Amino acid sequence: MINEITLTDILFVSTALFFIGVYGFFTRRNMITMLMSIELILNSVNINFVAFNKYLFPQHLDGIFFTIFIITIAAAEAAVAIAIIINLYRSHRSIDVEDASELKY
Amino acid sequence: MNLSLLIILPFITAIVILFCNGLKQVRTVALIGSAVQLIMAIMLLIQYWNERAIGNISQMVFEYSCVWFAPLNINFHIGVDGISVAMILLTAFVVIAGVLVSWTMETLNKEFFFLLIFLSMGAYGFFISLDLFTLFFFLEVAVIPKFLLIGIWGSGKKEYSAMKLALMLMGGSALVFVGLSGLYFNTNINGTHSFDVMQISKMHIPLEAQLLFFPFAFVGFGIFTALFPFHTWVPDGHSSAPTAASMFLAGISMKLGGYGCLRVATYLMPDAAHAYSWVIILLATIAIIYGAFATMMQTDLKYINAYSSVSHCGFVLLGIGMLTQTSITGAVLQMVSHGLMTALFFAAIGMIYSRTHTRMVEQLGGLLKVIPFISSVFVIAGLCSLGLPGFSGFVAEMTVFMGSWQNPDTMYRTATILACASIVVTAVYILRAAGKTVMGPITDEHYFHLTDATWNEKLAAIILITGIVAIGVAPFWLNDLVTPGTEQIMQQLAQAISLK
Amino acid sequence: MNNYSYISLIPLLPIATFLLLGLFGRKYFSSLSGIIGTLSLSVSAFLSILTAYKYFFVDGKVNGVFQQIIPLKYTWLQFSPTISIDMGIVVDPLSVMMLVVITFVSLMVHVFSLGYMKGEERFATYYAFLSLFTFSMLGLVLSTNIFQMYMFWELVGVSSFLLIGYYFDKPSAVAAAKKAFIVTRFADLGFLIGILILAFHAETLDFQTLIARLTDPQSSQILSSVTSSLFGVSALTWGLTLVFMGGAGKSAMFPLHIWLPDAMEGPTPVSALIHAATMVVAGVYLVARLFPVYCFDVSALQVVTYVGAFSALLAAVIACTQTDIKRVLAYSTMSQIGYMMFSLGVSKYGGEEGLGYMASLFHLFTHAFFKSLLFLGAGSVIHMVHSNEMKDMGGLRKHMPITHITFLIACLAIAGIPPFAGFFSKEEILLAAFHSNKLVFFVALFTSGLTAFYMFRLYYSIFWKKAAHLHGEHHDEGTFTMKIPLVILGACALLVGFVPISQFITSDGIGLETHIDVIFSITPVALAIAGILLATSLYKNENDRPIKISLAFGKFYEAAHKKFYIDEVYLFIIQKIIFNLIGRPAAWIDKNIVDGLMNLLAFITAEFSEFFKGLQSGKVQSYALYFFAGIFGLAVLFIYLVK
Repeated sequence: MINEITLTDILFVSTALFFIGVYGFFTRRNMITMLMSIELILNSVNINFVAFNKYLFPQHLDGIFFTIFIITIAAAEAAVAIAIIINLYRSHRSIDVEDASELKY
Repeated sequence: MNLSLLIILPFITAIVILFCNGLKQVRTVALIGSAVQLIMAIMLLIQYWNERAIGNISQMVFEYSCVWFAPLNINFHIGVDGISVAMILLTAFVVIAGVLVSWTMETLNKEFFFLLIFLSMGAYGFFISLDLFTLFFFLEVAVIPKFLLIGIWGSGKKEYSAMKLALMLMGGSALVFVGLSGLYFNTNINGTHSFDVMQISKMHIPLEAQLLFFPFAFVGFGIFTALFPFHTWVPDGHSSAPTAASMFLAGISMKLGGYGCLRVATYLMPDAAHAYSWVIILLATIAIIYGAFATMMQTDLKYINAYSSVSHCGFVLLGIGMLTQTSITGAVLQMVSHGLMTALFFAAIGMIYSRTHTRMVEQLGGLLKVIPFISSVFVIAGLCSLGLPGFSGFVAEMTVFMGSWQNPDTMYRTATILACASIVVTAVYILRAAGKTVMGPITDEHYFHLTDATWNEKLAAIILITGIVAIGVAPFWLNDLVTPGTEQIMQQLAQAISLK
Repeated sequence: MNNYSYISLIPLLPIATFLLLGLFGRKYFSSLSGIIGTLSLSVSAFLSILTAYKYFFVDGKVNGVFQQIIPLKYTWLQFSPTISIDMGIVVDPLSVMMLVVITFVSLMVHVFSLGYMKGEERFATYYAFLSLFTFSMLGLVLSTNIFQMYMFWELVGVSSFLLIGYYFDKPSAVAAAKKAFIVTRFADLGFLIGILILAFHAETLDFQTLIARLTDPQSSQILSSVTSSLFGVSALTWGLTLVFMGGAGKSAMFPLHIWLPDAMEGPTPVSALIHAATMVVAGVYLVARLFPVYCFDVSALQVVTYVGAFSALLAAVIACTQTDIKRVLAYSTMSQIGYMMFSLGVSKYGGEEGLGYMASLFHLFTHAFFKSLLFLGAGSVIHMVHSNEMKDMGGLRKHMPITHITFLIACLAIAGIPPFAGFFSKEEILLAAFHSNKLVFFVALFTSGLTAFYMFRLYYSIFWKKAAHLHGEHHDEGTFTMKIPLVILGACALLVGFVPISQFITSDGIGLETHIDVIFSITPVALAIAGILLATSLYKNENDRPIKISLAFGKFYEAAHKKFYIDEVYLFIIQKIIFNLIGRPAAWIDKNIVDGLMNLLAFITAEFSEFFKGLQSGKVQSYALYFFAGIFGLAVLFIYLVK
């Protein structure tokens, strides 16, 4: 059965996931949701890496390594981002990105 | 004489001012510094004469050169000829008078005097530089303090004026830099380029390059000296500036432009000077006539003087544009004369303003009765401005006219006649201003309690009047001083014709 | 040649006095300043008379011709190798005569002012200005160089400005001073351009060389100046006409005369000095100085003739209608200078033909005495009645006998009644005109009748007409110092006609024998007497005939009374045309268009940066959008466009 699933199918999934993430990132004002959207984007990339590795270069493990690397970075990133969000909440009493627009002009 | 002293001395004075406390210390240091400047300028004149008397006929005297930045072949090359000596004398006169009229500066006096002295350093450096890069460097040094002087100590719409002035002058500098770079890259001495004025003057810059870069250099410097239509910083800048800054602005920094037009644009690009002289004449004539008529309608004393400066600086450009020996000498004389005269005028206006708190002509009246000294100074400045014999203005204007008339082309003749006609308009606006301000009935009873000039104001006025009268009564010394310098420029121009 | 360099002291003494009194006068010797000024000037006057004696009678003549001597000359400003302004002194019959006239009249005025200006707050300043004026005027007549003359010309203008505006808190005085300065300045513009033209062609500014070059038909200079032309008029004519324009401005010739009547705002002794005897004849002096060149150019000389004749007539007509005594005198001055001008105009160079030249300067000489006498007399009258208007006067002859007598002498002199001074000089002028230009001759004849009429109108209105009605406290004829000059000048007005000027001052330096042609003089004298009789019948006693006559003239009288509306025309040109059509638009254009362009440039830059500023919204999501759009764009670029 697995042989019936082609690379294209998996790429469809990852593309869908990527654009869902992008859509969420652009439309949501809640920072937590935006963070979640970023995770979706990252994971769509992970899927790509794994899929390409599996279908195109089965003898190598580079894609797998990259995926693990990304997961690690994503964890660290989530920690930093949440710290920022918490700080922002402390100062602005809100986690809406629209409310934090001091860095303009 | 070591010319570097002219830069070092103001620099040290400025640094010492920063370590002073209180108005009294600051102004004493500034006065001593500027007095030493004046003494040095006069000594320079005497030594220059001595040098010439013992038969030194090299074009520049007291030359000194050392490497500043070897990869680009920039040297710290200084030296003076008669024209530079005249301009240095002018600067020294105006600086000491400027320090004296700011004697009671209340706010931020340390910074104020620091900037004044710093500006004078830029001017001296500019006038003695024989290297285009250092010349440009000092030009910039002289621009920045003006922005601060107007922006901080000014009056009226000072931020606007300061910004306008700084931006327009910076624009001028940018054009100048393009012109200088153009010169630099068209020189070739054993495979390297040169910024050196003396070296460039000896080689022939290709005609196409001259035609391309002359407008940049000339207009760039022209902006400094109120070239039409880039003169609008003059009225706003002068009227917002504090008295001493107005004096420096009109007395010194407008002269940087005239000197640059002569020394850099005309001297180094003589072919282009011939080619473009009709444009210069046209713009200068417009500036003279139109400046004079615009002055007629002004009601603020500072605006009157500022617009009249546009008109008078037009004579400088006219003299340069006419390209005859006499007219160029006249242009230099006019620079010196206008510098002293307009500084005196601004000083008088400042003195009147500080007492009556108004500069509007229609609000003033009858001041001759209550403050005779200041009013007399005002009248003297006015008479000098309208070219009365015995004062420097007459000598300078007549030299320009006489020189211009030697150019027999019809258009140049017409320009000369129009320029001559402006002296009538000058008489109209000067007499309007003087007749209303210092003559006539006293318009405000508060004026009865005004006090006449204090010692420092008197001294400032007397110093400037001395300069004006020294030129007006005995112009031959200045003429003899300047003529060898202009002869060099004429030789350059004559060669340009023969190359055609 | 004898040493004449001491002449430099003559102008230097007044300038020293000016500096002394101007700088320290008010503080240190306010009341003494009059004495100081007078003493220093009397030395000058003494030296002048000494010079005149020495020059005319001892050593001026060589082989029967008066030589031009230049004892001093220094280069003042070297314009170019050939053209320079030199400061020097010229001694020739013309300048020596002017020296005497100027220092003498100035001395009289100095003395008169001691009484007249007594108690003025700015007494020292007044004397300082008088000295400055005398200095400038002396410098003017001693000039060896046309540009030197121009310099002193300007200085004369400014000292006149200062003196007219002496009562500077009076707006009318300030306005008059400004008007005088600006009008003459405008005329000087012509002078300046004329100098430029002449200097360009003659390649010199020196009078002697200039005249030598421009009168030699073979010289290259004359060729260049005659051949180059503008609008069909040769450069020489342009130059000379423009130089004459300067002279016309200072000498109040039509149409540049408008400043002279207003200049009467100054103190009266000043009018006597500046606006009667010295400054206003500077124009005549200028033309006389360049006379050999003018002779060479007929058209320029024609301009001089007709302007002079027309001014003489116009001023005489206006003078008949004025009521301010000083203004009457001002117009009469203008009229008399008109005489001098056209007399120069009808003259030719040398010998009998040069009669007009001699007559003109003779008239200048005599006129200086009787006209300053008239002004000083008027000053004396004004001092007494505190008014300039004729209606406030009348019947003063008993109250001020000396003024009365001297004034009468002066009136007879100006009217041209023998044997008073004016008769002789006017006779020569009429004779010269008769021989060369009949039209001018008849104008002059008519004018001389008018002159007698209006002068006696003035005389009767002041001293007769009605009984004096003086009010107020002190009414005396003035101090001793005021009477002395009147008497001296009165004697001069009586006697100077007998000075044989024709022996000394001629166009070519050779003495001229003149004699009075009795038959010829009958007509002008008869006309003058008719004028006097008419004035007597109208004005000696109060009656209503003058009004009837003025009504009979109707519009013409009105126009003459309003000075033919010339002032209004000027006012219109200046205010409506120059201010509104040139000045205001220039200021407007500068503020809105030229400066507007600069501001527009700044505005565009600012708007541009405003646009980029807007991109910096601070919204994370829009940044992300740009980011992704950028990636998308780059992706498209690299995948599809870059092969």
